Amino acid sequence: MRFEWIVATRFLREGRMQTALILGGTAVGVAVILFITALINSLQVSLATRTLNTQAHIVVRPPDDAASRALAPADASVAARVEARAQRLRSIDQWEAVFRRLEGTARVTAVSPVVSGSGTALRGNANRAIALFGIEPERYVRIVKITDFMVAGEFRVSPGNAVIGVELAADLGATVGDRIRVTTPEGGNDVFLVTGLFDLGVKDVNKRWALVPLKTAQALLALPGGVTNVDLTVDDIFAAEEVARLIEGGTGLKAESWMAINTQLLAAFDNQTMTTRVIRAFVVLIVALGIASVLVVSVVQKQKEIGILRAMGASPGRIMRVFLIQGAIVGTAGAVVGSAVAAAMVAVAKRVLLAEDGTPLITGGIEPYMLAGGALVALATGLLAAVAPARRAAKLDPVQAIRG
Amino acid sequence: MSGANREILRLEGIRKSYNVGTPVEAEVLHGVDLSLDEGEFAALIGPSGSGKSTLLNTVGLLERPTGGRLFIRGREIGGLDEAGLTELRGRTIGFVFQFHHLIPAFTALENVMMPMLIDRGAPDAPMRERAAWLLEQVGLAAAAAKKPAELSGGMQQRVAIARSLAMNPPLVLADEPTGNLDTHTADEIFELLRRFNAESRTAFLIVTHDPRLAARCDRRIELVDGQIVEAKGPPWPVD
Repeated sequence: MRFEWIVATRFLREGRMQTALILGGTAVGVAVILFITALINSLQVSLATRTLNTQAHIVVRPPDDAASRALAPADASVAARVEARAQRLRSIDQWEAVFRRLEGTARVTAVSPVVSGSGTALRGNANRAIALFGIEPERYVRIVKITDFMVAGEFRVSPGNAVIGVELAADLGATVGDRIRVTTPEGGNDVFLVTGLFDLGVKDVNKRWALVPLKTAQALLALPGGVTNVDLTVDDIFAAEEVARLIEGGTGLKAESWMAINTQLLAAFDNQTMTTRVIRAFVVLIVALGIASVLVVSVVQKQKEIGILRAMGASPGRIMRVFLIQGAIVGTAGAVVGSAVAAAMVAVAKRVLLAEDGTPLITGGIEPYMLAGGALVALATGLLAAVAPARRAAKLDPVQAIRG
Repeated sequence: MSGANREILRLEGIRKSYNVGTPVEAEVLHGVDLSLDEGEFAALIGPSGSGKSTLLNTVGLLERPTGGRLFIRGREIGGLDEAGLTELRGRTIGFVFQFHHLIPAFTALENVMMPMLIDRGAPDAPMRERAAWLLEQVGLAAAAAKKPAELSGGMQQRVAIARSLAMNPPLVLADEPTGNLDTHTADEIFELLRRFNAESRTAFLIVTHDPRLAARCDRRIELVDGQIVEAKGPPWPVD
């Protein structure tokens, strides 16, 4: 193969302008593909992460109370319609066992028992409907990193203390160090010292959430020793649904992933991914056309040289390989240059594309698998694009090529 | 198969038509019989359109005849496939074209190495040495590293002659090798061909329009209307 390589590289070096043009085109193509992939991946992860600031990846709950049809006695008429039951607040049966089982489940990274229900917060003349969460603070912060979102006081959830949303505090006219009363429909009634305020960036959460110790909430919601749900995180957020299905199958409980809850967000991700794919396909096509057209011109320009090489004993197959190698070289070199350009673009984008809070929108970079993929695609594109010009070169009649 | 005058080329009733099977079919060679021995130095002459180039291309295995039989060193080439033909061409026939036809991207030395590179695949030291020696023989040792564009027409043609001899072929075909050179340079080139012929057993078949040069060949083959009209003759008197 040496002969083919020598001639291919020499032809490329000789047609400096053309080589620079196709190399540039290929590099830009590869850079665009890598950059857009990194950008979309990063945007999706960052959007999902933002969404998951306030959500567990998976929430495990007791199964719904279902009304069942009575077994019909013979000759008796049976109710035609069965009304759905109102869902009362219930604890997960044997939740400690469930909890241990979930802790041992593959891919699950954190588990936190929660008892939650509705209540009312009162202070002076103000009263607000709240979502009351009884948590074990050390475990809960591993699900929702409240500690990162404290705007006043500290995250101290211990007997007699509560941490509440910043807007709930404003509505109640309370601040850190004030006391608020919490009552529940189950007849619970207790007073808490507000030790901290958080801002999770979601109005509804900031306006309604109150975090108190698990045991206190159990008493307030009349569920002594029980938990209403177990919150989980998993190692790969996009695997949450899969893990949830496994948990449902294994425990008979209801497991809902963030993906099932945020279907619209996921649909948007799917659309984005599809759009990116289409863009990438077109970029590959354009790069292929660019390489092919430049090589076709090169074949025409080099007719005479090809004819001479054929006269001197080079077979059509070897002439073909000379041009295929040129395509492969251009593709591979374009991928190398393009990867460097993409890395630079990502670095710039990290500084320029910022979210409202000043953090970069792009968090991830260009992963090794993307580089490998980009190089493979570029190599294949270069080779395929070179097929038509190479065949044309191989088919050249040396007599015609040499004449005059 | 040995002997002083081994036959290297034989044509028996060679015909060549173009556009076969179409209304514009045209026969250019009408049954050419010709043989050439090792070490011969022959001129192929004839008016324009007589089929000289076609005959040369056919002998050079660049075109297949449409009829008749062609033997290279006693071997009939009709049965060879494209690959076999290509290999035989590379090893047994050297070409010198009118327009030099060096490859611009390569230096003079690399151009001379090219037939050997094609034959052996990868460059090696003996290849380089032979190319350098050949360049020295044509008086261009100093121009080895130059690209064709940096050489004069006469120099380019000398490189082309060196290249045609790279594989030490038994037969060199030259198509108007002095066609676009001035008289002085043309004489030099011709002398060079003669010298190589004298020093080796390589046969030369030279297409030329120049009666002066034809006269200085050992043998004159004249082609008129696709047929050989005069194949043998004594050395022609010079001037």
